[in-house]
Formats: sequence, C-alpha cells, structure tokens
Amino acid sequence: MSNAQKADPGLYDYLPYRNRPAIEWPDGKTCAVWVAPNLEFYELDPAVNPHRKSWAKPHPDVVGYAHRDHANRVSHWRMAEMMTKHGFPGSVSLSVALCDHIPEVVEDARQRGWEFFSHGIYNTRYSYGMDEAQERAIIEDSIATVERATGQRIRGWLAPALTHTPRTLDLIAEYGLDYTCDLYHDDQPTDVKVKSGNLTAIPYSLEVNDHYGFFIYNMSPREYADTLIRQYDRLADDGEQSGTVMCIPLHSYLIGQPHRIGAFESVLEHIAADGRAWITRAGDIVDRFREQIA
Amino acid sequence: MSLDPAYLEYPKRRRGMDHDYYPYSNFFERKPLQWPDAKKLLVWPVISLEYFPMVPSDDPFRAPGHMQTAYPDYRHYTAREYGTRIGIYRLLGAFEKVGARISVAINSVIAERYPELIRDIVAGGHEIIAHSTDMNGTIASGMDVAEERILIIRSLDALEKATGTRPRGWLSIARSQSFHTARLLVEAGVDYMCDWVNDELPYAFQTEAGPITNLPLNHELSDRQIINVQQQSVDSYTQQMTDAANWLIGEAETSGGRMMPMHLTPYIMGLPYRIAAFERLIADFAERPDIGFSRGDTIIDNWDAQQ
Repeated sequence: MSNAQKADPGLYDYLPYRNRPAIEWPDGKTCAVWVAPNLEFYELDPAVNPHRKSWAKPHPDVVGYAHRDHANRVSHWRMAEMMTKHGFPGSVSLSVALCDHIPEVVEDARQRGWEFFSHGIYNTRYSYGMDEAQERAIIEDSIATVERATGQRIRGWLAPALTHTPRTLDLIAEYGLDYTCDLYHDDQPTDVKVKSGNLTAIPYSLEVNDHYGFFIYNMSPREYADTLIRQYDRLADDGEQSGTVMCIPLHSYLIGQPHRIGAFESVLEHIAADGRAWITRAGDIVDRFREQIA
Repeated sequence: MSLDPAYLEYPKRRRGMDHDYYPYSNFFERKPLQWPDAKKLLVWPVISLEYFPMVPSDDPFRAPGHMQTAYPDYRHYTAREYGTRIGIYRLLGAFEKVGARISVAINSVIAERYPELIRDIVAGGHEIIAHSTDMNGTIASGMDVAEERILIIRSLDALEKATGTRPRGWLSIARSQSFHTARLLVEAGVDYMCDWVNDELPYAFQTEAGPITNLPLNHELSDRQIINVQQQSVDSYTQQMTDAANWLIGEAETSGGRMMPMHLTPYIMGLPYRIAAFERLIADFAERPDIGFSRGDTIIDNWDAQQ
C-alpha cells in the first residue's frame, strides 16, 4: 500500500446529506433503530499484543476484569429482560469465545431472537500486527464458532476492541459478511468499496455508545438517557426526507448497573411509543437498504 | 508483519471462567436471600479512611488521590487530612443520626496516628475493615510476595492492637490485587475481601489456601467515581443512589434480598457544600421500611447462614 493510498484509503464515495435519494423503511417508518449489546469476554491474563496493552494495570487488573465480568453474571440479564419487555431485539457484538466460556448468555440471546455478529475472539485479543493468514483465522473462527453455538451465520463485524488492519474490510467481504460496524461517517447505510463481494457500512455509534456517554462524556444516567432521546428525535425527524439509522450500542456492565437501568428504560419507552421507529436488527436494515439501491 | 503464533492460541478457552477463582453464576438463578426484619435492600456504607504520606510511592503504583505537586505538596496532603479531621465526623454523624452501623475501611497507620478517631468509630458500633497500612501500601503483580504478606499482616495486626478485634474484612487500595493477594488474605485469617466488583451479592472465591468470601464493593456506586471521576454534582449522586435503590427494591420483590454498596471518601463527601444533600439521602433511606443499613460482616453472616 502506497503512502497516498494509506492517507486516503477510499473507503466510500462522498455523498452530501442534502438531496439524497429517499431511503424508505417498512410501514413508512422514518428511523431504523437497532440495539447492539456487546456480549463480551475479557481474559484475566491475556497474551500480550505488542501494539496495544490489554489492561491498564499489570494482570490481574481486578477492577477492569471484574467490572466486565459483571455483565455475564448480573447485568446482561437485567438489560436483556428490559429490551425484550419493550420489544427491542438485539444485534449482538459478540466476543465469540463467550460461546465456549458462558454459553448460557449466548443461548439467552439466541432464544430472544437476537442476531449475532463478530467482535473478535476475545475483547482482549487485538488485530493489530496480524498477518493475512492470522486475520483469516479469526474470521473463520468467528464464523464457525457462532454457527456451532447458535446456528446463525454471522453477517457483520465490529473489530475486536476496534482494532483493524488495512485488510479487514476486504477480508470480511470476501468471506461473505454483509456489514461492518466500524465506520462512523454517516446516519444512513453506505456501500463500502471492497476488492470483492459487497459490504455495507451500517451506522453503529461511538458518540451515543454507553461507554462514551459514561466514561468519555461523564454523563449521569439521566443525562445519557436524555442524549439517546434527543438523538432519536432528530434522526426520526430527518428520516422524513430519507430514512435514517440509529444504533444504541450497549455494554451491560455499564447500562445494566442499578443506578442506570431505570433511566434507560425511559429511552426504550420513548422510542417504542413514538411511532416513527422501525425497531429491528442490523441484518434487516442492511437487506432493506440493499433492496433499494440495487 | 505478523504476531507470534501463540497470540492466536487460547489455552483457557473452555467452559466457564478463564481462571479457577470462582465458577460462573447467574445472579438471577440463585436461591433468593431473606434479610433480617424483612428488609428488601441492605445498604452497605463503606467509608475509606486514608492517610497519604507527603512522599508518595509509585511502587507498585501511586494510589488514587495521592500527592501531585513537587515536594512539599501541602495542598493535597492537607486536603486529604481534611477528610480524617472533619469529613469523617460529618459522615459518621449522618449515619449516627439514623442509628446506622456501617463499615469503615481503615489504613492501619490511622489507628496509630489518630487513636481518638478509632475509639469513636468503635464506640459507634461500626465495623473496621483492614485497608492496607497507608496510601503507599498499594498492591499489584510484580510486588514481592513476602513484602505483600508483611503488608497485609502489619495492617491487620495494627488494627487489632488498636481495637482489640482482628478485622474480618479486607479492602485493597484501588481494589488492586496481585495473583497472590486472595491466598495471602486467607492465610492471614481474613474472612472476606471487597475488591472484585463482578457481582452484587457475596460469593465464594477459591484460593490455593482455601476459600474466602468476596463482598463486591461496586466502584461505580462510589463518591469517587460519580463525583471525582465523572464530575457529577452531589445532587446527581443522590439521584443516582436513589434510582439504584429503587431499582434493586423492585428486583427484590421477585428475586430476593438485594444489597447496595455505598463507598464513601471523607474528603469528597464530607465537604460542607455536599454533606447536607448526603444527610438527606441517608435520612430518606432510613425512613423507608424496606431499606436497612448494614455492616459488611453482618451481610456476610446473613448470606453465609442461607447457603
């Protein structure tokens, strides 16, 4: 890859927000809303990647590890039950080794009708520094592991801990995956330029990710809930012109804490009651988008 | 460029956890707990009582709240001392007004430096949890095991000497442990530790020397996290604690008794402009028949009797 290619990898075509072709969601809905719970497994004493540390502290990073383990023991169940109560399916960003470690959580998500995409093997193993064969190995591992555990063939990818290589998008497209959650340039789905196959960038979000809300922007639980409601209201308004997408990316060890989950319920109530939301899964959004641009 | 092939090997990828300290357990599939007096929620206040030497140690790491300027850092030294002179008494007063007995996690040098304070805490019926020696007594991997053992024993011995009672509980500074800490605590006769924040009730934690109970002191529900780290106001703090209590009481209706840790720092919550809101929170909780206050050791004993 030349330096010019590195500087501008040409991920997609520029498309101004004004005067875009209309994207239509089913039943005249204006905003496709999908919830992306990150169901993760972090290792207590992971192998060291030379390009990024797994934990801030020497292993064991007790607070870092235990905080995230709260997800599988306690807060997943709290969050999942609330999503189901209000009619929101999940599109799961999955550390696929969770299928091996704690199949109870994966099976719970499957039974709720949730969709799975890969978030790597563990959230403590990073793609930085991998050669092509190694990167293929984690994609193949992801496909096989999720298929074995859930019967689903994964359709999407969110890089483990958001660690990419310049090859990742081409490779996942080559393996037939349909969407990436790693590009943040738009409020609508976008075609990604890949060497082979088709790849759609679906709007995920870091800005309204609970991790950003609580630990980058330091919001209170009620401020975060209000943020999500404002995000939704604007996207539903904009979607009158051309359908928009809102993702609510969650980590149950954050949103499922007892001081946060109640405030979050008001968000689901608001969106469910509004009437303009197509509350669905990532793959459905990608399919509907592709039908219209084909 | 490629990674060491071992980076794509996962020797601990198996059913259950990637260690042997505790098995996986779904919080919502356990036998419901019954708390005394039919309480639905036990609030477990833990005040950290800390002494920061004016010469900080970075070995193995510098404790949160420690000195920051070139020597002499009068501003941080004295601002922390404000907590052990004034803030602690405001917090104790808030709990005494409602008759609550709580836990106080104490650096053992506090017992040597301020015996009057220790007498007041003991006289109030509060529990003392061992919290290292002073704020240079941090623990992390890389620390010599013999040194870590001495640190733990020195803390327990000094607190026992000052109070006549050996602490049953342990809280590490910043909840930071090495791979040896839990075993060393068992060997030192400690019944429970508060460092692992992965649960909302006690659970059994295995070590090579036998079991210890972990009583999770949720760092997310601490004044340090909400007020210092996330920069929220005390009014937001009291709202968050109230929301948490209400949520947990709702769960208790169907799933059994719940526990809410309340980790407090005298130099944070004990300030004049914050304490009134905190006192109102405590008074509100005290008026609710479904909420009780508890010491950590009492929660452990109640839980243990129902296992």
